[in-house]
Amino acid sequence: MARSVMSEIKKDHIHRLLARGKRVDGRNWDEFREITIQTNFTETAEGSARVKLGNTDVLVGVKMETGIPFPDTPDKGVLATNAELIPLASPTFEPGPPDENAIELARVVDRGIRESEMIDLDALCIVPNEEVWICFVDIYVLDYDGNLFDASFLGAVAALKSTIVPASRYGKGEDFKLPIRCLPMSVTAVQIENSILVDPTLDEEKVAAARLTVTTDENGDIRAMQKGLKGSLTVDQIKKIIETSQRLGKELRKLVG
Amino acid sequence: MRLIDENGLRIDGRKVDELRPIRIEAGVLKRADGSAYVEWGKNKVIAAVYGPRECHPRHLQDPSKALVQCRYNMIAFSVMERKRPGPDRRSVEISKIIAEALEYVIFTEYFPRTSIDVYIEILQANAGTRCAGLTAASVALADAGVPMKDLVPAVAVGKVDNQVVLDLTKEEDNHGQADLPMAIIPRTGEVLLMQMDGHMTVEEFNKAIDLGYKACEKIYQLQKDALRRRYAVEEIETFEEAQHPQTAMEE
Repeated sequence: MARSVMSEIKKDHIHRLLARGKRVDGRNWDEFREITIQTNFTETAEGSARVKLGNTDVLVGVKMETGIPFPDTPDKGVLATNAELIPLASPTFEPGPPDENAIELARVVDRGIRESEMIDLDALCIVPNEEVWICFVDIYVLDYDGNLFDASFLGAVAALKSTIVPASRYGKGEDFKLPIRCLPMSVTAVQIENSILVDPTLDEEKVAAARLTVTTDENGDIRAMQKGLKGSLTVDQIKKIIETSQRLGKELRKLVG
Repeated sequence: MRLIDENGLRIDGRKVDELRPIRIEAGVLKRADGSAYVEWGKNKVIAAVYGPRECHPRHLQDPSKALVQCRYNMIAFSVMERKRPGPDRRSVEISKIIAEALEYVIFTEYFPRTSIDVYIEILQANAGTRCAGLTAASVALADAGVPMKDLVPAVAVGKVDNQVVLDLTKEEDNHGQADLPMAIIPRTGEVLLMQMDGHMTVEEFNKAIDLGYKACEKIYQLQKDALRRRYAVEEIETFEEAQHPQTAMEE
């Protein structure tokens, strides 16, 4: 991301409201923006979902191919996650290969899916050591107004859940639903002057000192975390975000069903 | 493989001179200065415009006019076989010809030293994406308030089963004999984009052009309708409502 400037007036506005426990768009500190999920948006994908989180708009698609397994996991399918911050989505996104922000986004989403064992990779083995299914999750940000982590994660989970493995196209028997074991959910919060705000908008992200993404499973157990930005968090703040992630994760999970 | 049946109908039931269903929506993105979404048969295309803004890289700045830059890109899952992300030779060429087509209609001399950046993302592809992309891009430019001579409708004409056919689908394109994408300025009839591959006689070409012009007129209407829908202001019925819109609404 190139320069992302913000006027002092806007910053002051956020800070002043926050001092009175308020947010610019009137939400509570632990409230998500309005979420819409449209699955099967792209017919050419094996599964897809377009997620709108307030003004943030993300399209996630899943493509399945057959290929060679990794030598250390010869009997497991492969998950590959990629994110593109295309210049269509923001004046600060530039064309070119994924930058550090895109790579971090892809890796955090990947970690949540992988570590929660959402996909049954054992069931994606065709011939051990020789041929397995490769599951590509591609994330495209279409409109950037903050909290790409949760919008992308929700999109990835919804897209994977709707994925049909095109086995017949590859001469590998009948098509089947991608085997899903659980629905992990990620919740991201930022710390601004020691206040915690869930689902930050772009303006809130810009003034935030620190960010934490917590991915939990259906039992409320933690499966992945990522702290970001240059500031710090206290242990109490981290615990508060974890508790919030567990609680809000349950609500988000209902949207994917 | 037969692509046109004995009744002159195509695989998807269209006549040879019939367009696929086209839906255009203007102003679909929040961050972009202008944007448009186009569904064209099974194509799904989104276009965004940023600018006129500071030109990067700076050595491309033109002291006499704006630079029009375009990036046409197909997303990884827009096609059956996953496309590796990033530009390839095809998308670089398409980006170039679309930028050139748009540059001609934009009053670039109003914005010296700036850049007008057009981004086209193909979300789902089914032949004719460059035409759908250009059609979307010109609506996005209008949505961004960029002064232009006219909107730019585009369409592909082709040859299938020895017949000249409008607006090819993927299947027709793969098994067809010729493909001729074109874009025009409706007000003047000038041609802004033209490519062709395959095999056509001059007579067939003339017929194709004729079909293309008629189709572009229809697409032009859809483009204008999309902008009208975006910017139409509902008329206020009475003086009372104009003075107290709140109470009028509650009633």
